[in-house]
Amino acid sequence: MRKVKSTLTNSIFLICCCLYLFPIYIVVINSFKDRSEIYENILTPPSGFSLEYYTTAMEKMDFFNAFKNSLIVTLGSILFVVVLTAMTAWMLARSNNKISKLIFSVLVATMLIPFQTLMMPLMQEMGWIRDSLGIPMLDSLSGLIYMNIGFGASMAVFLYHGFISSIPVSLEEAATIDGCTKWGVFWRIVFPMLKPTTVTVIILDVIWIWNDYLLPSLVITSKALRTIPLSTFSFFGQFTIQWNLAMAGLTLTIIPVIIFYLCAQKYIIKGVAAGAVK
Amino acid sequence: MKSRKRRDAGWYILFTGPLLFIFVTVVIIPFIIGLVYSFFEWDGLPLNPKTFVGVSNYIKLFSDERFAATAVHTIIFTVIAVLLINILGLTFAMIVTSKLKVRNIGRTMLFMPYLIGGLILGYIWKFIFGDAFAAIGEATGLTGIFFNWLLDSKFALLALIIVSTWQMAGYIMIIYITGIQAIPEDVIEAAGVDGAGFWQTLFKIKFPLIMQSFTICLFMTLSNCFKVFDINLSLTGGGPSNATEMFAMNIYNEIFALNNYGYGQAKAIVFFLAVAAITLVQVSVTKKREVSM
Repeated sequence: MRKVKSTLTNSIFLICCCLYLFPIYIVVINSFKDRSEIYENILTPPSGFSLEYYTTAMEKMDFFNAFKNSLIVTLGSILFVVVLTAMTAWMLARSNNKISKLIFSVLVATMLIPFQTLMMPLMQEMGWIRDSLGIPMLDSLSGLIYMNIGFGASMAVFLYHGFISSIPVSLEEAATIDGCTKWGVFWRIVFPMLKPTTVTVIILDVIWIWNDYLLPSLVITSKALRTIPLSTFSFFGQFTIQWNLAMAGLTLTIIPVIIFYLCAQKYIIKGVAAGAVK
Repeated sequence: MKSRKRRDAGWYILFTGPLLFIFVTVVIIPFIIGLVYSFFEWDGLPLNPKTFVGVSNYIKLFSDERFAATAVHTIIFTVIAVLLINILGLTFAMIVTSKLKVRNIGRTMLFMPYLIGGLILGYIWKFIFGDAFAAIGEATGLTGIFFNWLLDSKFALLALIIVSTWQMAGYIMIIYITGIQAIPEDVIEAAGVDGAGFWQTLFKIKFPLIMQSFTICLFMTLSNCFKVFDINLSLTGGGPSNATEMFAMNIYNEIFALNNYGYGQAKAIVFFLAVAAITLVQVSVTKKREVSM
């Protein structure tokens, strides 16, 4: 009797979870249907699995190019965020003077500033840098990466700082006595120990940068440099009425996210929890 | 001795300099320029003059009806969404920390929407609340519930709340799970031995012990909902007739669509002050109620 009851609660919960993801099911099944079939019945599985709309959507979205751009921006930004914030946080945590404390408090305080407060003046400033110094800050992936580093700095320094303060300093002192430079101490001893926080920072920043829309939409104007959210946006502007095409496009953008999630699930859930709790 | 000090300063600059340089150019300088702009009137065209108007941009805010309407939507949206997200997230967390066999797969599925970006989520639901609902309504005759929600101002706001809840509940669940798992097993057992029922254990023991999780979750949901933009843009676009325009979108439109750069920036500064005030008050209030073991 008890076993039956437990099987029952398990299956009820599982069904609820499936219902929770019902919108994704609707998107996927309707991406295979033609126009009249969609309006006949939205909920039933498609009569055939033709990839027709996928190839059209891929072409219209310039999917592989957008994927490549998203990948470059995400990986590039994260590489710099991790390296630069870990170095900064270590220095700030280990040199306990007034300047370090001030820098740290400014970094933490700016986490409260919403992006909307900075977006217009930031674009003005970057436009000015481009016009007068000739550095391509706008409409370039490297400019976007540069700005992502600035916006990702506070959170990452905060996470690293917390972790570094909790590990004893004695190992670093011993290495210094043995003649290691600060550079060597950091890269050989400290950075490997920071691995749990590095994973957290990477996960949080992947979720943020991969899905970010507003900043890229202001920075990037060329079609060839669009990231996935940007190309989804312009694609939707053109094809709102052709839902089957739109659904195929959406499925395409979701697939990489789901693959990433299934591969790194353990790290993602741990990383998100650690990032929030700190 | 002196050379050593100088060398340390050199290392300090080498380690912190690059990041701080980027940070100052991307966050600090724009913030200061933004403050200055908010006292000017300017249409954004480089050749047109910027006129100093003092605090009149800020005074204008009080008589801006569209901004007042936006404030009302944003507050209604935030209050309901924060409540729903936390209730749902906490319920999910309690289910997946129970002894169910399928708890891990359940957790995986419930968290998934959070990873799909707000823009794309908005488009998915745009189809469902729009054409899909209309089609279901026609097929079943239940046109009272199933019609195009996005064309009705109240239901469009409700749609926005539902989508935000759908996105955030799984994320909030993860934070509550961390809190619940930190409760020592013996405390719950002791309560059981003393004859405490399910609800009593829940309200008298579990909730006080996860107060820290409440602080974090309220902080996260409050600031995320208050600053919502992506879902707003893709699901309703602020429509029908600005009925679902939230603060972030109002500022965006004021600056980039209406070209009121100075006035829009004044709004953005007020927005920052509101976000800062709400989150700081909220954190200090809930922190006081935390129980330590």
